Amino acid sequence: MAISDYLPFLFRPPAPRFVTEAGKPVHGVLAQFDDVAKVYHAAEKMRDEGFTNWDVHSPFPIHGIEEAMGQQRTKLPFIVGGAAFTGVSGAMLMQWFMNGFDFRFVVQGKPDFAWEPFLMVTFELGVLFSAFAALFGMLALNGLPRWNHPLLASERFLASSDDTFFIVVEATDPKFDPLATRRLLESLGASAIELVEEA
Amino acid sequence: MSAMHPDRITAERLAGLAPGVAAIQDAPTGDGTLVEDPAVRAPLVLNNRSIHDVTEIVCGYCEKPPPGKWWLPAFCVASTFAAVGMLMILYLIITGIGTWGLNNQVGWAWDITNFVFWIGIGHAGTLISAILCLFKQKWRTAVNRSAEAMTIFAVMCAGIFPAIHVGRIWFIWMVFPIPNYNWIWPNFRSPLLWDVFAVSTYFTVSLLFWYMGMIPDFATLRDRADRRLRRGQSARVRLQAPGPVKFSVELPIVADRIRALVYGLLAVGWRFSSRHWHRYENAYLILAGISTPLVLSVHSIVSFDFATSILPGWHTTIFPPYFVAGAIFGGFAMVLLLLIPARELYPNFKDLLTLRHLENMAKILLVTGMMVGFAYAMEFFIAWYGANEYELYAFINRASGPYWWAYWTMITCNVVSPQLFWSRAMRTNPVVIWIVALLVTIGMWFERFVIIVTSLHRAFLPGEWHMFFPTWVDILIFTGSLGIFVSMFMLFMRFLPQFPMAEVKAVMPQADPHGHNAHHNGGGH
Repeated sequence: MAISDYLPFLFRPPAPRFVTEAGKPVHGVLAQFDDVAKVYHAAEKMRDEGFTNWDVHSPFPIHGIEEAMGQQRTKLPFIVGGAAFTGVSGAMLMQWFMNGFDFRFVVQGKPDFAWEPFLMVTFELGVLFSAFAALFGMLALNGLPRWNHPLLASERFLASSDDTFFIVVEATDPKFDPLATRRLLESLGASAIELVEEA
Repeated sequence: MSAMHPDRITAERLAGLAPGVAAIQDAPTGDGTLVEDPAVRAPLVLNNRSIHDVTEIVCGYCEKPPPGKWWLPAFCVASTFAAVGMLMILYLIITGIGTWGLNNQVGWAWDITNFVFWIGIGHAGTLISAILCLFKQKWRTAVNRSAEAMTIFAVMCAGIFPAIHVGRIWFIWMVFPIPNYNWIWPNFRSPLLWDVFAVSTYFTVSLLFWYMGMIPDFATLRDRADRRLRRGQSARVRLQAPGPVKFSVELPIVADRIRALVYGLLAVGWRFSSRHWHRYENAYLILAGISTPLVLSVHSIVSFDFATSILPGWHTTIFPPYFVAGAIFGGFAMVLLLLIPARELYPNFKDLLTLRHLENMAKILLVTGMMVGFAYAMEFFIAWYGANEYELYAFINRASGPYWWAYWTMITCNVVSPQLFWSRAMRTNPVVIWIVALLVTIGMWFERFVIIVTSLHRAFLPGEWHMFFPTWVDILIFTGSLGIFVSMFMLFMRFLPQFPMAEVKAVMPQADPHGHNAHHNGGGH
């Protein structure tokens, strides 16, 4: 996720490292794998080779793929925690302002502001804020919404939503080399390899 | 032959033996999922489906109309009921809530009964998606999408009633904490206001949860439409005249273009990246974690509407857990009521929603039914033990007063009928489950009617006693809410993915990167 994903016109793109014969910048190399064990072991190998800017695409979350890819834990829980805190404190503050400060009125002789009756709304708003943060935080960390992507231009890649697994190594990876990376992926059991151009 | 281990099925298939379809159709184990042996893991997907088959089955439901010509007529009937109900709501708003059978004594009747009935039904979806997710109950993947859809539609139906029961609906905005022209704020010490927050939060969070679960499936549908467009396999929409008339016209619309656009927009560019999946699963777990207390809080707060009053029959501390158990009970009954016919009407539905799923849900009905039965008994016990004569009278009046038939309908449907499920033959028979689910749904409606109307109709002074009789406006608005619910559910069944494909695929044996059968992906495409 980067700001440049959302506001690309603010940033001058770096000069492409590799271009095709047609002069188009290379996005990366796409390698197809036909079963989950193969792609899992290939991912372990890619991690050990020291690739950084690469990804595994699979129709479902593969169990344990985070470790196989050496991926760091997401920061999402902290975002949700912050939202929950905002929701809870905002709700208490709102109720204090409305019933305990700005418009006081006596109900059954009870105090203007006691925390007990205000817990329900506080809890609900905490949950509400957290839920929004969980969904939209997840999307933002993933750089989504992003409706066009060089990978989606490849017809082969569309099978990733059905039953096929892919490893994509991006050209921006310092270890990327069009020929060597291709050979490595072939040796890991890729059934097909394709060059993906930048859109 | 008894139940077959899924690995053995795969082994046989690899060896080129029979696909195994006939082999697992066996009487004592039903469809092969009712395994007694705890060492054998019952398959969650039947008939040796490959990962690709799951995509085909589930996407097929969204891309083509179901076989047979039942969908459109059934939808027309349901939406007619919905339209009549909405006209009645319009009539009610124009005329006033005097068009309901309310009187001085009974100020809440079918309106709040329907509200609690629908909001209760709405609890099964989040229970299945959140609580069963936290308990790692993998079987939930077959039912969670439709249960969540049902939740959304039930909460929408529920929301209608409190909004229209205020009478002057144009003042409904005064429940929101926004400044108004009298410079007053809402009273946050009122359970009715808690209800506003609880129900609207519940609706929003359920919607987010439902939508998030569908993002990968929308992406699958988008990719399929996109691929057909690129290969030139997409046809234009053709309208055919019904019946014997031979007339058809081709519209300048390509359905796949609309699918690629709509599903594509909803999929927000999901591209099945593992780095994305990691955050996605994390977000899903967080949502499950916060929805679990939410689902328990919502019906507790609904019960506070009654429990914080001082009316005999309402003023009881057992209400929050009793209402939550009843909500889960009624919600699961509605899930079964909808999914058992769907299992028959849609091809291959039974591969994904097996007898074991039905049996598990029948067990939940049995357990929650007995919780509810315990609550009914405990209410009586406390009414006697509490030595408050008004309280005791309210309960004796429930069982033997003018509304005795409603009370005993409730007991028969909710406590007696689920007892059938002690027998395995009964809880694995879809027809029996469906009938019990129907009885439970009726019984749960009567439960709310009994709680609300029998407590209200005889308060402290005999001079104010009144009976409640529904008018046709009451009845048509209720059937209208049923029509809205069924119409929405039918649209869901037609256009949205009914099973969470990614989750179903992830619990299949082929999805295990360490399994000894993992070298076989079962199909390809």
